[in-house]
Amino acid sequence: MQILRYIVARIVHALPVLIGVTIVVFLSIHLVPGDPIRIMMHGRIEDSEVAKIYHDLGMDRPLLLQYVTFLKNIFAGDLGTSLIQKAPVATLVVEKLWPTLMLLIFSTILSVLIAVPLSLVAAFKRGSWIDTGIRLGSIFGFAMPSYWIGLLLMLFFGLLLGWLPISGLGDGPVDMLRHLFMPSLTIAFFLGPILLQSLRSAMLDVLTSEHVEVARAKGLSEWRILMKHVLRNAMIPVITVLAVNISWLLSGAVVVEYVFGLPGLGSLLVRSVGYRDYPLIQGLAFVFGVLVVIVNLLADLSYMLIDRRVMKG
Amino acid sequence: MVASTEAQPRRSNPIFREIASWSGSLRAGAFIMLVIVLAAIFAPLIAPFDPNEQDFNAILMPPGWPHLFGTDSLGRDIFSRVLYGARIDLVIGFFTTYVPMTYGVILGAYAGYRGGWFDTVLMRILDVAMAFPFLVLIIVILAILGPGVQNIYISVFILAWTMYARLARAEMMVERTKDYVTAVKILGFPQRRIIFRHGLPNVINSSIVFSASDFVLNILLVSGLSFLGLGIQPPEPEWGAMIAEGRDFIRQAWWMATMPGLAILATGVALALIGDGLAQRLGERHHTTV
Amino acid sequence: MSEPLLAIEDLTVSFRTPRGPVLANNHLSLAVGQGETLGIVGESGSGKSVLCRAILRLLPSPPADITARAMRFGGRDLLKLKPAEMRAIRGQDIAMVFQNPMTSLNPVWPIGDQVSEGLRIHRGIGRAAARKAAVDILKRVGIPSAEVRVDDYPYQWSGGMMQRAVIAMAMTGQPKLLLADEPTTALDVTIQDQILSLLMELQRETGMAIILVSHDMSVISETCDRVAVMYAGSIVEMGEAATIFHAPKHPYTHALLRSIPHLDAREGRLATIGGQPPDLSRPEPGCPFAPRCPVASAECRALPIALKTLPNGQATACHFPERVADLDRRLAS
Repeated sequence: MQILRYIVARIVHALPVLIGVTIVVFLSIHLVPGDPIRIMMHGRIEDSEVAKIYHDLGMDRPLLLQYVTFLKNIFAGDLGTSLIQKAPVATLVVEKLWPTLMLLIFSTILSVLIAVPLSLVAAFKRGSWIDTGIRLGSIFGFAMPSYWIGLLLMLFFGLLLGWLPISGLGDGPVDMLRHLFMPSLTIAFFLGPILLQSLRSAMLDVLTSEHVEVARAKGLSEWRILMKHVLRNAMIPVITVLAVNISWLLSGAVVVEYVFGLPGLGSLLVRSVGYRDYPLIQGLAFVFGVLVVIVNLLADLSYMLIDRRVMKG
Repeated sequence: MVASTEAQPRRSNPIFREIASWSGSLRAGAFIMLVIVLAAIFAPLIAPFDPNEQDFNAILMPPGWPHLFGTDSLGRDIFSRVLYGARIDLVIGFFTTYVPMTYGVILGAYAGYRGGWFDTVLMRILDVAMAFPFLVLIIVILAILGPGVQNIYISVFILAWTMYARLARAEMMVERTKDYVTAVKILGFPQRRIIFRHGLPNVINSSIVFSASDFVLNILLVSGLSFLGLGIQPPEPEWGAMIAEGRDFIRQAWWMATMPGLAILATGVALALIGDGLAQRLGERHHTTV
Repeated sequence: MSEPLLAIEDLTVSFRTPRGPVLANNHLSLAVGQGETLGIVGESGSGKSVLCRAILRLLPSPPADITARAMRFGGRDLLKLKPAEMRAIRGQDIAMVFQNPMTSLNPVWPIGDQVSEGLRIHRGIGRAAARKAAVDILKRVGIPSAEVRVDDYPYQWSGGMMQRAVIAMAMTGQPKLLLADEPTTALDVTIQDQILSLLMELQRETGMAIILVSHDMSVISETCDRVAVMYAGSIVEMGEAATIFHAPKHPYTHALLRSIPHLDAREGRLATIGGQPPDLSRPEPGCPFAPRCPVASAECRALPIALKTLPNGQATACHFPERVADLDRRLAS
């Protein structure tokens, strides 16, 4: 019962944000200075045509009405129509969603795989040169521009050594993993350090807490203490950090998709900007916003599985 | 007149004392940053070539003499371009960090102190702003306004204050329960004075520490936008734009893309070290009033 | 006494710190018999908590340096045991109860799982049996509706109940020796009594020995057979509880007893012990209490102390224990 109440509370909390997302996305088109249609068509359009397009799009009606129509359309799954590609935005999004999701998942896994053991080592050997080295390494990873490190990885592993493919998504699941490896590694270079920082201080907190000493006094082995008493407690901030950084993760995905030529939402966004394809831009912005809200909601819900205290407040 | 027989105690220079208390990482970061800033300021004096001077006899030359970092596809000296690029990136990074910080902290501190509807509205705005990936929003705004430096400033100024508002608000909500705030309240000081002269100096610590990382992130943002073609356009020697140019020649002339990236890396590491050191240093401070 | 359960001979624990070595336990020797309750009394910083942890070898070895002639328990020298052997003793033969129940329990584990964890690891029993054992022991320590509450999380319980759970956790291994480090300090006064009674009951039932550490003389006097008084890392007086409280033979013990406020005392200031505890990183020769002692003389600061047993069985480290009897007379005048 308490669980259900918690879930509902979390969803209710997320709703205003979703609404805010729709408002922002909706308003963005209407804030374009000058004439968006004309800009899109680079001026090569007749006045009468412009008026007609506006009418077709319903953009000559009052703002509030347009917003309501906008919301209605979203619920119906209609995110507008790309004026350049002449296809429904929703269709384009669904086509390109999968590569982006795979990239996000793979990058997160890779980042966690890197950050968790390193943070353990750094916390255990706190103050030693290993700890300093790890922290310095993570500063370097963080400061490297992702597109730069992506290019270098491409050069080294792709062009020079020929081990990994440098663009596209390949055929079949296994091949896709090969194609996703370098892009995910690129993202892991900056997500890993962020995770590492929080994890390390969380580990330190837990390692010095009294219940760990109590566990030792019970005669438990160091390994068991680590696995059952330390890691689980330290996971809570990890989830927070991952959720908070989802927007950075998505930002990184945009750049990385562009660099590695992955056919995902990110590269779609970049291209649509070049063409000033406003409906597509708007639809993509909406999708990104919704993604972030959903991920945060999932994170909130997952706390429930790890730390029952959250349901108290 | 009897001369004083007491020697005045020597007072050590407070600046030296401050620097002496800095940690290793703060000193290292500050030193590297100083070198970079000086290189940027004195670029016209240090740069061996004009950054825009093209020399078709010397295209795609590897690092060596006289082109320390090599040349690009138009024969321009990369070392000089990197030096001049520092001016662009450091300036943009600075203003996109510290300008939003000022009004962000003020808004957040005010909301944290007052509470009420102002706070609720602010929190909603923050929630929505945080719901979008930063880069995506900036891209959207740039799509509306068009590429270029000015529009980058505008878009960042619209969005970047949110993190500072959040940090300052959180700190202010803790501070306002403390005794020294109650004390000046009892003295009847006006709210504005309490917030700004008494509260603010104590709630900016986390914002100051964050600003170091933010500086790095903004440089990465600007160079990233330029890389995507949405920011600084060629022939400006902005680091990100240079990396974009180097992308096409990555195989023949790896130095075109690598050198500007190293510059970004160095700046980023320096700033991160400073941020680390600041976090340690400010953690030791006690309450102050300006 | 007959063969003691635990015999510590000449234990010294020092910590390496950036400012130099800090001597927390200085050549301590003590013994605990089967089924007896030994109280250890002292201020914060006297080294009593370090002693408990040293017995269970919970002090990480840098920065701690532990040396002793021997630390015998049940016929074996604890200091010579291998890590796996020591782990087998912890939670089983020797168990420990810590001061703060709120931080002793892992907040994200159900209480029942924590209580039975020792059983599952040491005796390899399965989940269902472990759960039943947890319920039984929780009932024994006085948790109402234990069958339901066994799945609760720590945040749902009060301080007193949590400490009962911690005691239950310690009892699962049927320990021969229980180390209780300030078990009631973090609790309300009314709960303190209940917890102490619980410990005494459990001791009567199981015949285990208890080392009870506290800074609170009243806690010690209610529960202990013998008492050791610690100051600055050394034991300065040891003996039967009744004897120590009636006729202390060390000025520090005397001062501690005087400082307990009495409800029926006449008005006046609370008695305090003047001065500061010594800096353990800079041990002085001679008696560590000398700077604060009202009857100290020059020899006190020069001659190193050692516990000497008096004819009546009491042991004191004071060079001039006869002066302690004078103190009452002096202070009354």
